[in-house]
Amino acid sequence: MIEKNGIVVDVDEIQSGIFILKVKSSQIAYEVKPGQFCNIKVNNSLTPFLRRPFSVCEVENDIIFFQFNLVGEGTKLLSQKKNGDLLNIIGPLGHGFNYSGNYENVIIVAGGIGAAPFPLLINNLSKDKKVATFIGGKSKKDLIKYKLKNIFASTDDGSEGFCGNVVQLLESEIHKYEKSKTKIFACGPNAMLRALSKFTIANGFDCEISTESVMACGFGICQGCNVEGANSENFFLICKDGPVFKAEDVKL
Amino acid sequence: MNNIELSVKIGNLTLQNPILLASGTVGYGSEISEYTDLSKIGGIVTKSISLNPRKGNPPPRITETASGMLNAIGLANVGLEEFIKTKIPFLKNIGSTLICNIAASSIEEYVKCVKALNDEDTVKAFEINVSCPNVKDGGLIFGNNVKNVRLITEKVRVATNKPIIIKLSPNTSSIKEFAQAAKDEGADAVSAINTFVGTAFDIYTRMPKIKNITGGLSGAAIKPIALAKVLEISRNVDIPIIGIGGIMNWQDAVEFMICGASAVQLGTVNFINPNASVEIINGLKNYCSKTKLEKISNLIASYLI
Repeated sequence: MIEKNGIVVDVDEIQSGIFILKVKSSQIAYEVKPGQFCNIKVNNSLTPFLRRPFSVCEVENDIIFFQFNLVGEGTKLLSQKKNGDLLNIIGPLGHGFNYSGNYENVIIVAGGIGAAPFPLLINNLSKDKKVATFIGGKSKKDLIKYKLKNIFASTDDGSEGFCGNVVQLLESEIHKYEKSKTKIFACGPNAMLRALSKFTIANGFDCEISTESVMACGFGICQGCNVEGANSENFFLICKDGPVFKAEDVKL
Repeated sequence: MNNIELSVKIGNLTLQNPILLASGTVGYGSEISEYTDLSKIGGIVTKSISLNPRKGNPPPRITETASGMLNAIGLANVGLEEFIKTKIPFLKNIGSTLICNIAASSIEEYVKCVKALNDEDTVKAFEINVSCPNVKDGGLIFGNNVKNVRLITEKVRVATNKPIIIKLSPNTSSIKEFAQAAKDEGADAVSAINTFVGTAFDIYTRMPKIKNITGGLSGAAIKPIALAKVLEISRNVDIPIIGIGGIMNWQDAVEFMICGASAVQLGTVNFINPNASVEIINGLKNYCSKTKLEKISNLIASYLI
């Protein structure tokens, strides 16, 4: 759907350079599933020209939350929105996480702003699931913990938690989890997802990864956000076939 | 004024209004139909169809530029057989005119595709893509050579009685010669223009922002150039023109018609506002009403120079 008049309710800088944008849109709030995203026109001008895709971070009644960091002009403009501003949003889009099933443990792996879709996932998991969240960042200030549960942190410079990357941290802890009773959900930079997929495929863990790409439309008509399928025979579109894929289905 | 006549003619083809959706920007119609009422538009031009399926180019395929974007999708498409089997059934029922865009690597392939689709009643016209900048075989290799455009038009003309529209490249020194060649060989119209070859680099990695290195520039940034190409054809060649290039709103559409376009195609704007077509049609109605224009076709090539 197109929400032409999503009303900005709040923009909050939760930590240096990391923002939560809250927008009132009852229909998107009602429809959205964890891992889905919205494509937002940040203003009405030709600059920036295209929409910007953001996964939905959380839903509270009829308000949807987006978590983002400052990257360029689009995110800068979003960070400056005021209560009452209107936003044109297309969403919810794409296929989210498949979190049904009989597993007991949920492992979340998030690199940097890749933490964005997980508060909504955690809220939607059945209460009997045990959640562990592995987060990684360059340094302590890059770790995003917003509404995550049971956190294990890693930093490249060792300023907090495990010194190294988040996949290495997971590898050091994975012996505690029985693979038949565990499902892994991940989001982060391609290098992280690549390393993680290699590990989960080699060790037989069920793993879903949320991918990202530059996008124009967000719903399959521009064909700009392709990712190669594992068999190299075809491309998937991240917006329509993803953004969430089984780790073994795509070649990042 | 209640009875504003919005219909226009492109050769023998009548469109209920001059707003078409451009090839490669609406797939085969199904995705965008969730956001706009296709029965209200003048017509839809399909994603380029080739004889065999094409996988398209590896990522990244697009990047944003100032008031525009570069794309190098590489004519990714399902191929002729799959198009007939799975896409035509949906397109049959959209309640709007269907124009099939054909891309090929050889003259024989153009002819084969046109012949195979000629018996499909749903297909009302063909747009022949001789101007894709993003494939190694075909595309611009044809579109940059007036002899090739002449030959392709001649061969396709023999293969069908349906209207033929030749989609021209702006990446040439004299677009009017290409339009004249298309007319001489029996084309019913030309579409002007396809995208401009452009590129963009990341200044830190020093690598191109799209894998194909160059891509086609589209969007608001190209409108003044597209308009000049349409005007050049209009002033020199007697052939209906379908104007394309950076149309973002109804004012842009009016401007193209004044400069010589009988109809226009919306491309990149569909990515930003998938309901732009219907909004622009409403804008055209209001414009006609305000300026006391009974027929929108009176706008075509109405420039005062």
